[in-house]
Amino acid sequence: MSVLVYTESEEGKFKKVAFEVASYAKAVADQMGTTVTAITINADDISELGTYGVDKVLKVKDSKLDAFNAKTYANIIKQAAEKEGTKVVVVSSSADSKYLAPLLAVGLDAGYASNVVDAPTSASPFTVKRTAFTNKAFIFSTIDTDVKIVGVSKNAFGLKENSSSATAEDFSPSIPENGVHVDSVDKATNTVTIADAEIVVSAGRGLKGPENWGMIEDLAKVLGAATACSKPVSDLGWRPHGEHVGQTGKPVAANLYIAIGISGAIQHLAGINASKVKVVINTDPEAPFFKAADYGIVGDAFEVVPKLTEKLKEFKAQNA
Amino acid sequence: MKILVCISHVPDTTSKINFTDGDTKLDTNGVQFVINPNDEFGLTRAMWFKEKQGATVDVVNVGGPETEPTLRKALAIGADTAIRVNTPATDGFAVAKQLAHVVKDGGYDLIIAGRESIDYNGSMVPGMLAELIGANFVTNCISLEVDGTNAKAMREIDGGKETVSTTLPLVIGGQKGLVEESDLRIPNMRGIMQARQKPLNVLEPVDATKETSTVKFEKPEPRGAVKMISPDNLDELVSLLHNEAKVI
Repeated sequence: MSVLVYTESEEGKFKKVAFEVASYAKAVADQMGTTVTAITINADDISELGTYGVDKVLKVKDSKLDAFNAKTYANIIKQAAEKEGTKVVVVSSSADSKYLAPLLAVGLDAGYASNVVDAPTSASPFTVKRTAFTNKAFIFSTIDTDVKIVGVSKNAFGLKENSSSATAEDFSPSIPENGVHVDSVDKATNTVTIADAEIVVSAGRGLKGPENWGMIEDLAKVLGAATACSKPVSDLGWRPHGEHVGQTGKPVAANLYIAIGISGAIQHLAGINASKVKVVINTDPEAPFFKAADYGIVGDAFEVVPKLTEKLKEFKAQNA
Repeated sequence: MKILVCISHVPDTTSKINFTDGDTKLDTNGVQFVINPNDEFGLTRAMWFKEKQGATVDVVNVGGPETEPTLRKALAIGADTAIRVNTPATDGFAVAKQLAHVVKDGGYDLIIAGRESIDYNGSMVPGMLAELIGANFVTNCISLEVDGTNAKAMREIDGGKETVSTTLPLVIGGQKGLVEESDLRIPNMRGIMQARQKPLNVLEPVDATKETSTVKFEKPEPRGAVKMISPDNLDELVSLLHNEAKVI
């Protein structure tokens, strides 16, 4: 009956979203008067999960599972859910979890609600609040099936500490064959990804050319931020496609989003408006982005950005 | 190769979103509907297969008669036949169930959908459809090549991309990258005239129980006004980000 949460890891270490979904699962379990079981696939040290309210961990370890595969992973989570008699499964909104959750939903005959931003507003009927219309609205939905899957939006529920000591149990599910084979993975190392970043520094055509991105990277480095760009910039080939954020690019749900030389087309805003705090730097006081911003600076990026980087360096030195 | 492209009929991004009937329904007054952008990339890639490798391309939508102009637009872009399953799109599962029936009946090899629709953003239908029909599934797909029954695809992952090989039947959750934005086609007059003659078949729905229900909609709180800061006073920005916004 426990709530089952899939806590994702990468190279043995938990992703930050793992703790957010664990926190969420704890909130659901409290509402339902039950416990939280996490399932991990090739994670090393599981003790941290206890900090976020997990009571039991089903540890799966198998070198065949080193590369993520949606169908295989979905099947393993299904086996865990059946073993635990789970009524609610909690997953994140990472690219991987959004890939596997619909497969899991069909496998478990479970209703699935994605983009959930808050703890259930009611346990019966099971009602959740989700974003829709690319963050222009919320929907309150009920999940009407016996088994339910909740996909939690990134950076919406947050981390909630709830100390318990998680007990580990080895779990050896059957690993089914699968028709999609990963041939190669091309992943930037040593850079913060847009998906994981708490701060994203993004720049647009106002930068005038790809040769001017050094100052954007400097600013991102001081903040430990990921770099991103607007659609025209990726279309022009100034920056790689993977950095394009917006409606047809990657979504951003950061704590802080700094937009430099981006006018703020509605398609761009649709992709980034789940971010909590937005800073806009633009020479044009009429840029539509200012209407969506929390803090605005009308000024020349070529002057403001290097100065801001220096100020932040001083701030970091004082607060280290 | 028989290709089916799933077309969502969605409000244009620039539309103002409002609700009626006690916040239980989308107010479609003054809303312009378009082909879901992620589906449009897939449709264009399907046209490429048709022209370069030989394929038939059908398009499908689950919805009422109001979605037909969107299907006609897909025909004008070059699809051969349109199918409308005559039932409102209630939730992802119910839609996937209807599509599964269309796929089985039509014997499609490749089904291209968008990674998500820009209205409900659920990212559910393509995966559920693949699982219901027992097909392979690749989402966030940014390139796709098909050779016989083998397919090679690239998909965007957090922080990079990966290349996968798989076989037909295959369901794709497509996005920008399948083709570039500059390759998207605007229907020309000839296409629009031809589209009027092309078949648009209306199918009655099969039994499909929805698994989730909409209780009501809510608009976000209006946001506070932007705080403007002088470019000569960046200390203030740093201090606000630290003390007020608490993000650094």
